[in-house]
Amino acid sequence: MNLTISVLAFAAKLISGASVRWIECQPDTCQRVYFANHTSHLDALVLWSSLPKEVRELTRPVAAKDYWDKGPLRRYISKTFNAILIDRTEIKVHQSPVDLMLREMGAHFSIIVFPEGGRGSDDEMGEFKSGLYYIAKKRPDLELVPVYLDNMNRVLPRGEFLPVPLLSCITIGAPIWLDAGESKAHFLQRARDAVRRLKDL
Amino acid sequence: MDWMNSLGIEDLRTGLLFAPSTSSSLDRPTMWLLGVTISLLAVANLIGFFLARQPETIVNPAVVKSFNLRIRAWWLMFAILVMGIILGKVTTVVMFGLASFWALREFITMTPTRRADHRSLFWVFVVVTPLQFVLVGLGADYFFTILIPVYASLFVFARIAISDDPKRFLERSAKIQAGLLICVYALSHAPAILTTQLTVANEVNEQGGRIPWDQARNSGLLFYFVLLVQLSEVFQYTWGRLLGKRVIAPTINASRTWEGFMGGVLTTALVGGMLWKVTPFKIWESALMALAIAAMGFAGSMTMSAIKRDRGVRDYGTLVQGHAGVLDRVDSLCFAAPVFYHLSHVLMHQ
Repeated sequence: MNLTISVLAFAAKLISGASVRWIECQPDTCQRVYFANHTSHLDALVLWSSLPKEVRELTRPVAAKDYWDKGPLRRYISKTFNAILIDRTEIKVHQSPVDLMLREMGAHFSIIVFPEGGRGSDDEMGEFKSGLYYIAKKRPDLELVPVYLDNMNRVLPRGEFLPVPLLSCITIGAPIWLDAGESKAHFLQRARDAVRRLKDL
Repeated sequence: MDWMNSLGIEDLRTGLLFAPSTSSSLDRPTMWLLGVTISLLAVANLIGFFLARQPETIVNPAVVKSFNLRIRAWWLMFAILVMGIILGKVTTVVMFGLASFWALREFITMTPTRRADHRSLFWVFVVVTPLQFVLVGLGADYFFTILIPVYASLFVFARIAISDDPKRFLERSAKIQAGLLICVYALSHAPAILTTQLTVANEVNEQGGRIPWDQARNSGLLFYFVLLVQLSEVFQYTWGRLLGKRVIAPTINASRTWEGFMGGVLTTALVGGMLWKVTPFKIWESALMALAIAAMGFAGSMTMSAIKRDRGVRDYGTLVQGHAGVLDRVDSLCFAAPVFYHLSHVLMHQ
């Protein structure tokens, strides 16, 4: 299992040619929520691979069940990466995705989420779904770390299945927290700006 | 095997074998050249080492940093070429193939393409680029001189047309074709020198035919080529610093002057003439060859500067942080290689 992880992580890095920049943030094994813009199926894989090994082992990508539970290869990959699969089609009140994520995180795992929900169009980031806000509200101790993934949509755009090995860039920025009494809309806007800001740094 | 020979593929067995050229096949002039180069590099390395330790008031740290980066790139090139001499031509071809691949990656990354170009880009990266270097390794000159200008270029047009997105069609095709031409086609002509059969200038056997030049010495010839390209950069920079007044194209590259260009090209020609012993050429041929190499190297740097200015990036390396800019280092090699390859053939077949 460990070898497969190393091989997959290496392949993901090779294909995406990702360079990683930590800006105002250092790799840490404390519990974090990495939230990033979403333009490609490779996003979670590449971001996860670019984390240092000891951080990576404690970090679980959150992925859509309808995509990653289909077919033996995808199921195998999502299992290897210890992904938390969320059923987008069947969201119930008593089994909300946020509760599921928090339960799966427990007291020592970090997660990778894409608050836009689905993959965005080529240029502009979509609005953030409210999940991030509820995570921040229920677990105020978590560090919410913004991540900007650049050029991933050209490596593997929507609707394609073969990647083109271009170069991409991952920028990891300073953590944010939910301010006391901050409204949902305001927080989500602030989180989205935190990601978009990294594009120009 | 007949059809293969007629197609220009040399004997597959020798082409594919890792036939290491034994050190005894390394002739004396090439050995000398390697020795002198390694000493020069060591001296430059020492200078860089001491410059980096000087206070900022005496030397500009940015200049020192780029000087030291350049020396590191030279060591790398030197190591690749020497490794090729020791391990055989397959190693050299593979190393140049990887450099090509990486340069193309940088080129396409900074050139905007559209979603509909994805499939053509996949072909370009996964099929065309490796195939070009396989053909070079096989010495199949009838194929590798044609693959990209004809088949790949026309394929890119057609593949983009099929993808059903007419927006800026010509511009998009041209970008991919330019990337292929410069980063893959042109650069692949450097290792192609290893697989060509040249003849010795000015010498004929009893029947009046030309005497073939020992193919094992081609690796020395490749070294001669890379060395001259790098030296021409150094000379152009030095002459530009000493006498440079009239800037050629200030908005493209503010540091390239006519004085630097002329001085650099002529000095390179002089050194090229002095190095004639490692080549199959006569002295004046070697000097003219060096002149052409220097001029083409200049053309390559200027072209890449123009593309960079248009895209608003300073170096391909800083485009995506943390990566060494391969394209920044090979741009002059790219332009000089096919001309050197072609001119050596012209000289041999006159």
